Amino acid sequence: MFGYEFYIDPSRCIACRSCLQACEECETHRGKSMINFDFIERRESITSAAYVCWHCDEPTCAQVCPADAIKKGEDGVVHSSLKPRCIACSNCVLACPFGIPKMMEPEQQMMKCDMCYDRTSVGKRPMCATVCPSQALAYVRPEEIAKRREKPTNVFYFGEQKITTKVFMMAPAERDAIALDVVDYMWEEIHEVAATTE
Amino acid sequence: MAKAPISEEALTEEFGPHLNYVPPGGWKDESIHPAEKLVKTHCCFCGQQCGIQLKVRENQIIGFEPWEDFPFNRGMLCPKGVKRYMQSGHPDRLLTPLMRRPNGFRPATWDESLNFTVGRIRAIQEKYGKDAVAVYGGASLSTEKSYLLGKFARVALGTRHIDYNGRLCMVSAGTAYKLAFGIDRSTIPWSEIPKAEVLFVIGANVGECAPITTDYIWRCRDNGGRLIVADPRMTPITRNADLYLPLRPGTDLALLLGMLHVILQDGLEDREFIRQYTTGFDEVAAYAQQWDVGQAAEVTGVPPDAIEKAARWIGKAKRAILLHARGLEHQSKGVENCSAVVNLALATGNIGREGSGPTMITGQGNGQGGREHGQKCDQLPGQRSLADSAAREYVAGVWGIRPEELPQPGYSAQEIMNAIHSGEIKGLLSMCFNPLVSLPDANFTREALSQLEFFGVIDFFMSETAHHADVVLAGSLHEEEDGLGCSAEGRVIHWQKSIDPPGQARCDSDIIIDIAHRLGRGQYFPFKNPADILEELRVASRGGVADYYGITYERIDREKGIFWPCPGLDHPGTPILFADKKFYTHDGKAHFTRTEWRPSGDPIDDQYPLYLTTGRVVSQYLSGTQTRRIGALVDQYPEPRAELHPRLAQKCGIKDDDWVTVTTRRDDLTLRALVVKTIRPDTVFIPYHWAGTRSANRLTHRTLDPRSKIPEFKVSACKIKLAMGPDTSPDDRGAQHGPARGGA
Repeated sequence: MFGYEFYIDPSRCIACRSCLQACEECETHRGKSMINFDFIERRESITSAAYVCWHCDEPTCAQVCPADAIKKGEDGVVHSSLKPRCIACSNCVLACPFGIPKMMEPEQQMMKCDMCYDRTSVGKRPMCATVCPSQALAYVRPEEIAKRREKPTNVFYFGEQKITTKVFMMAPAERDAIALDVVDYMWEEIHEVAATTE
Repeated sequence: MAKAPISEEALTEEFGPHLNYVPPGGWKDESIHPAEKLVKTHCCFCGQQCGIQLKVRENQIIGFEPWEDFPFNRGMLCPKGVKRYMQSGHPDRLLTPLMRRPNGFRPATWDESLNFTVGRIRAIQEKYGKDAVAVYGGASLSTEKSYLLGKFARVALGTRHIDYNGRLCMVSAGTAYKLAFGIDRSTIPWSEIPKAEVLFVIGANVGECAPITTDYIWRCRDNGGRLIVADPRMTPITRNADLYLPLRPGTDLALLLGMLHVILQDGLEDREFIRQYTTGFDEVAAYAQQWDVGQAAEVTGVPPDAIEKAARWIGKAKRAILLHARGLEHQSKGVENCSAVVNLALATGNIGREGSGPTMITGQGNGQGGREHGQKCDQLPGQRSLADSAAREYVAGVWGIRPEELPQPGYSAQEIMNAIHSGEIKGLLSMCFNPLVSLPDANFTREALSQLEFFGVIDFFMSETAHHADVVLAGSLHEEEDGLGCSAEGRVIHWQKSIDPPGQARCDSDIIIDIAHRLGRGQYFPFKNPADILEELRVASRGGVADYYGITYERIDREKGIFWPCPGLDHPGTPILFADKKFYTHDGKAHFTRTEWRPSGDPIDDQYPLYLTTGRVVSQYLSGTQTRRIGALVDQYPEPRAELHPRLAQKCGIKDDDWVTVTTRRDDLTLRALVVKTIRPDTVFIPYHWAGTRSANRLTHRTLDPRSKIPEFKVSACKIKLAMGPDTSPDDRGAQHGPARGGA
């Protein structure tokens, strides 16, 4: 849908799993849910998170596919593997830094979130983001998201790998990018980087 | 009659719950056979009443499409709403009337089953008097059905005793709001929530029990609002609370009194508002004087500085909203708890204006509409009192009977079960109520049911309670009959009929009307369809507090709901109550209500040193009659678990997933443990949606709030110990499986 973007804010998630239930209602993969959902650590806390595919600008899953079965559309949506090409090797499953692709049995095909291609291509919002009661998954215009406390980012660092994505993560307002490696937060590291770039 | 004719296992084998995982025709069928139409209606589950569009083909619901134009939920749905359509076309669906036989149930014709029903009702009423037959209704029924059932009990049966399962939900708040404001409704629409500076959520597991409300709360925080959550458990919304108050179960009143104490001590009350628009402040203030924060902290287990902070945030905010639900209500002082919230709002002038107000979150599907028009034991349509002579005269006039023919107020839901147990009530007709799962002290309920001389059930699935029936009449689902609902906001909405009842099942209202005709009272029930019932309901409610006179299906469809009161066809409805600072009380003022501390009806002691509290999970609904049949929802939370803190677990030698036995003064229950740091170490939580050996209500007690008659589900004394494995005794231990008596 023109002018709309996908935003994920795990801090809003209430673990209801409505997204999971709604995803399998999607026309292209009815009966199969492509949502990744987890409690972070249920014993310690009620915090939970639900994710769709981030739809990377340079998708790692496609880069590592030996059969060239994973394609990104002009709209930036990264699709499930092409059935005639997919050899079910699971390279993509192992390589995706976000852990998104799933090897589906008995189809022997990698399937993943395609941002409800059947819906977005005809002017409907993706199923998960439409139903999400806490709007932890949201498909809205940027001016709508600008009203929130957190601000969107789509730059991620996994060690040396920098990834930019179509889908945005809502992050604390003072951050531009999200680093998942502890060293990125360490004073020594920040100090060193500053020194080398001077 | 009413012992189950054969074992629970055999009945379950035949009637379910079985799990439905796929839509009619399978997952792929819709791409080959697309829907013929989309019907704009609502979710059949909780009081949020989300708008949803059902996909219909060949008289079957085959899926759903979000309804993004409906203003309350704008397309949002919880998992129950997403999978609600799976109840339609379910293999467990009752398709014919059933009558008891010695070894189970057999299909019967409508003539046979209804003539039998009418014959038994007549025989019992002739032998023991009119009041020996009672009626149970439900808050999932449309407003028309609720109205019809109230009229049926009083005009067709002539019994005093009709009440409904909403007695287990909202009645404490209803009573408190009637005392304070003269009206039983949320004071604001949800669109006000994001405007508050402070949101105080007490005793409300919003994320799981009113999921869509979460978005309103998060938007309030986006606008800079602060969130305070008071609950013995960190429920999902607590993850973003600016202040969390971990109070002991059953001590809400002490917390609220302590907060009022701080507000008065700091001079944060709104003197001008209190003087101009309220009565009763001085007495309430004098009692709050006795509750300094030290004492409140002692009773609640909440640190004094946290109590002070919460009170000061509310006291200093320009706009504060106080949201509350079952946590406050399900106590033997449920009314006092809700009154104490109202007192806080009145003392700070937080009412009748933007972004402020005390607000109850109604829990059941038509929990609001179902409690307005005469399904309650003391009530006539329009929220009128059955004890009020002017109201009796007006409604009797609408119904074409003499006022003295109207019975006097009767027993509430639990009191009806008590009277069945004692032998005072001999016959019961129950629609849309599963008391064996939802009433407290389930063993007592089972004993009571076994003493009935006649038990008739109207329902779409065979509930565990219906196992005890003599006759089960196959009724209709939400999507099979037109009707009104009223959401937690007070918005009256239209449930559109999407399909006809399958097989020989009939619309609920047809069944009631048919019984009335067979009882020889047909002249008072000339209705051909729900629209006819609505026409009479509009007139019967006219001039009452819950005035529906200006509400029609057409207007609702056009305006996407109408907030009552709506006294005329040109009246816009009333989203915010008391905007003119006029209240529905006799003197037009808001009333402070005195609240006095009392202990729970099942106090802890050395033998039972822990608190047991019960509640819901997001993927199940109430007694589970519907949601325990939907595979995807069952998979999400397959069985009840006993939630406890690692500190308590360690003390008892319990690890996560171990089998544990929880014991109260009534019974014991063996379940798997869920060891989490999100609950107080002196408290055990068990969700109550299940029956038999998994039924939390075997543990709860029958103490009622003296005014609202709500049972104290939220506070029982218990103990917990490690168990070797699951309980393998029969589901209905204590009840003997004797041969069924004749009659069917």
